[in-house]
Amino acid sequence: MKNTVSRRKFLQYSGLTGAALILGVSGNNASGATTVANLSNLDEGYNLSPYVIIEKSGKITIFNTKPEMGQGTFQSIPALIAEELELAPGQFTVLQTGGEKKFGNEQAAGGSYSVRSSYETLRKVGASAREMLVSAASKQWNVSEKECYAEFGRIFHKPSGRSLGYGELVETAATLEAPENPRLKDPKDFRMLGKPSKRPDIPLKVSGKAVFGIDAEVPGMVYASIERCPVFGAALTDFNPAGALKVTGVEQVIPVERVFGNYKTTGVAVVAANYWAALKGRKALKINWDYRGNEKFNSADYTQYLRDLAANEGITDASTGDFDAVYAAAANKVEAFYETPFVAHATMEPMNCTAHWKEDNQLEIWASTQVPSDIMNEIPAMFGISADDVTLHTCFNGGGFGRRLAIDFVVEAVSLSQKIRKPVKVIWTREDDMQLGPFRPPTFSSFRAALSPDGKLTAFQHKVIAPTILSFLMPQQDKTKVDEPMVEGISRQAYEIPNMKNTFVFADCPAPLLWWRSVTSSTLAFSHECFLDELAHKAGKNPLDFRMEMLTKDSDTKRVLQKLRAVSNWDAPLPEGKGRGIAQWDFFAGLAGQVIEVTRLSDNSVRIDKVYVVIDLGTVVNPDTVKSQMESAVVMGISAAVKKGITFANGRAEQSNFHDSPVPRITESPEVVVHILAEGGSTIKGVGEPGLPPVAPALANAIFNATGIRLRKMPFDLDDLRG
Amino acid sequence: MTKYTLDINGKKVQVEAEPDTPMLWVIRDYAGLKGTKFGCGVGLCGACTVHLNGQPVRSCSTPVSDIKKNDKITTIEGISDNLDHVIQQAWIEEQVPQCGYCQSGQIMSAVALLKAIPQPTDDDIDTYMSGNICRCGTYNRMRKAIHRAAAMQKGK
Ligand code: FES
Ligand code: FES
Repeated sequence: MKNTVSRRKFLQYSGLTGAALILGVSGNNASGATTVANLSNLDEGYNLSPYVIIEKSGKITIFNTKPEMGQGTFQSIPALIAEELELAPGQFTVLQTGGEKKFGNEQAAGGSYSVRSSYETLRKVGASAREMLVSAASKQWNVSEKECYAEFGRIFHKPSGRSLGYGELVETAATLEAPENPRLKDPKDFRMLGKPSKRPDIPLKVSGKAVFGIDAEVPGMVYASIERCPVFGAALTDFNPAGALKVTGVEQVIPVERVFGNYKTTGVAVVAANYWAALKGRKALKINWDYRGNEKFNSADYTQYLRDLAANEGITDASTGDFDAVYAAAANKVEAFYETPFVAHATMEPMNCTAHWKEDNQLEIWASTQVPSDIMNEIPAMFGISADDVTLHTCFNGGGFGRRLAIDFVVEAVSLSQKIRKPVKVIWTREDDMQLGPFRPPTFSSFRAALSPDGKLTAFQHKVIAPTILSFLMPQQDKTKVDEPMVEGISRQAYEIPNMKNTFVFADCPAPLLWWRSVTSSTLAFSHECFLDELAHKAGKNPLDFRMEMLTKDSDTKRVLQKLRAVSNWDAPLPEGKGRGIAQWDFFAGLAGQVIEVTRLSDNSVRIDKVYVVIDLGTVVNPDTVKSQMESAVVMGISAAVKKGITFANGRAEQSNFHDSPVPRITESPEVVVHILAEGGSTIKGVGEPGLPPVAPALANAIFNATGIRLRKMPFDLDDLRG
Repeated sequence: MTKYTLDINGKKVQVEAEPDTPMLWVIRDYAGLKGTKFGCGVGLCGACTVHLNGQPVRSCSTPVSDIKKNDKITTIEGISDNLDHVIQQAWIEEQVPQCGYCQSGQIMSAVALLKAIPQPTDDDIDTYMSGNICRCGTYNRMRKAIHRAAAMQKGK
């Protein structure tokens, strides 16, 4: 694929006039080596990603390739460059990239990966720019580079006290080679990184000025609402547009396809001069669907199906020692079965996209998306156009949580605009959002374990029974192999268990599935860490001591639990009527542990009082953002643990809006105390997701501690607890 | 289609709309003020909160035909010119927003709360703010920010 863009187009895009220092990198990934390159004077085309532009006027632009959805990348990513370039916040402008090839293929925010994948590379870009500006100043002044240093957008000559602004140096700097190995700052000299920093998007978000996808405005734009069959996988038979066309403002009624991996369905779009007319028109449609037998899908049968599958042996994911023999011979056996529900993402901004397919077959898209790169790869391929003819405006995401890793809503808007040749904004209703999926799939867990007479775990099996996201997106997937993400956190856990055999049983599922903040860990952590708690009680041990006994070697998990013990005052007895529970989880996104305290209100109800979070990061960029992400993950974790989730009847989701699929409100948000472990080290761990998995198990374990009720099924009702 | 003259943020806005059109869409797409957000469309989430004569209302559930001649509508764009409302100041100080999508509605509810109860208790905050959902879970920071704003207001 062509990986270049004309200089003219780039300059236009950047609003650049005259001389500038433009630095970029070749390749941008976590493992691959990256080189910083000077792109200032390239005439031909870029095959490198520009990341920072310093103009003669002094204007500095830093590009952010990781969409902002509340996780703070609009601050944390540019800060990596700005720190090394010795810029203060406010001395540069941040531009969000739109999937352009020149910015590489990793313009995406997901997997708690943004900072981790950029940390070294982008600091190198900033450091190179700094060294080139120093070098340019030393040339201009005819002094040694050693006598010059950068500070707050200027280069200073120490002996004379002279200084020049970066803009005054770019003409010279632009002629220099980018240094191969720029010197990175010693973290102890950081002004911004590792310190709480204010986020530049926040003033926009408290004044109504932040532009989300839904706020796109294009002259001549029309609006559309699409009726899609709520029965998963149904086909459109026929429809009668007459009623819709009678509604004032309705212009057209046309079928439009929703493409979601291999899942393709056709809906009927009502296009109107305003959104209200489109909605009213949609209600007046007469449509016949062919349910193709899918109308029988329901939660009761599906739950039974998963329970029945538990009888299967499954595929062995990982084993140590000899589980079968030790378990068979054991005297003290424990078994348990855990269940979890489907949930919806329910981002606050419903799915929407504005697309403008122009007369000259140029396409412009406005979207709240986590994956600009995917849009730029997939849309041109699907519609037979060149990526050069597509312009994408990546807007602020009104929540992502994994939902905006899919581009089904973009495909709809693009194909609709292609058909009607007008700019069109497609807005999903909340009901569409709740009912049509994709959903986070449930996992069921079947456990078997054996305890020695002195209460040590000698044999352990976690069998996961679940439909898988990958097999939903790619039905051709090999089902004789373990689907990695479905067993994450289990087989590579830090607990030292001598005889362990974890297995996985594939399940089918007709409903669309997708990643959801922390993905499978949001359910597996519940069953796994609750079952360990059960074992601790069977062994007559303190749940934290029981875990620590399985952590003889040094590990991050061990450090997190030790820290939790201290910060939560674990060993101090709680007043009568209170309980506490603990859980930790280590998975692809990172590692966190929590202690939750509850108050017993009656035999079968509790209130959540306080949540202690310890997150292990290695290196932290903005501790305040980390704190707010932990607060956020706690609320979302509570949501998944105690709110209704999504259930099915007659082939469709039974819930439709916040009245029947509620989420926590301000009255349900407990105090959250966050401790960040950031003691340096080579690895950086993620932030966005790790705060979520420990919530449900720490809460359920606390409830057991307070009430004696052992919860093995999510969701549970805090006002009406049933074991 | 009916003609309406609306007073939004102190400006007269002429629109021509069907009488049952919710104020939400009138504000966003006719008056062009995009700060007011669509979250649920049925009065459950508060993302669309604006003030009607100083009282918080859900604009998604308020048809334009309900607006009377001298009614004054205030949206997030109308509460201050330079981010200088105490609630905005406190929101920035506490770094409240995450994705930010719910925040216009939250702020409109909080502004109304402080006007009604200048020194609110936690229970007052629960009462005034529980109609607004934040999926990102910024609740604790909002509570802190409201207390901070109340203190700032007192000091003025
Ligand atoms: S959009 Fe009006 S209350 Fe949700
Ligand atoms: S900040 Fe995202 S929904 Fe409130």
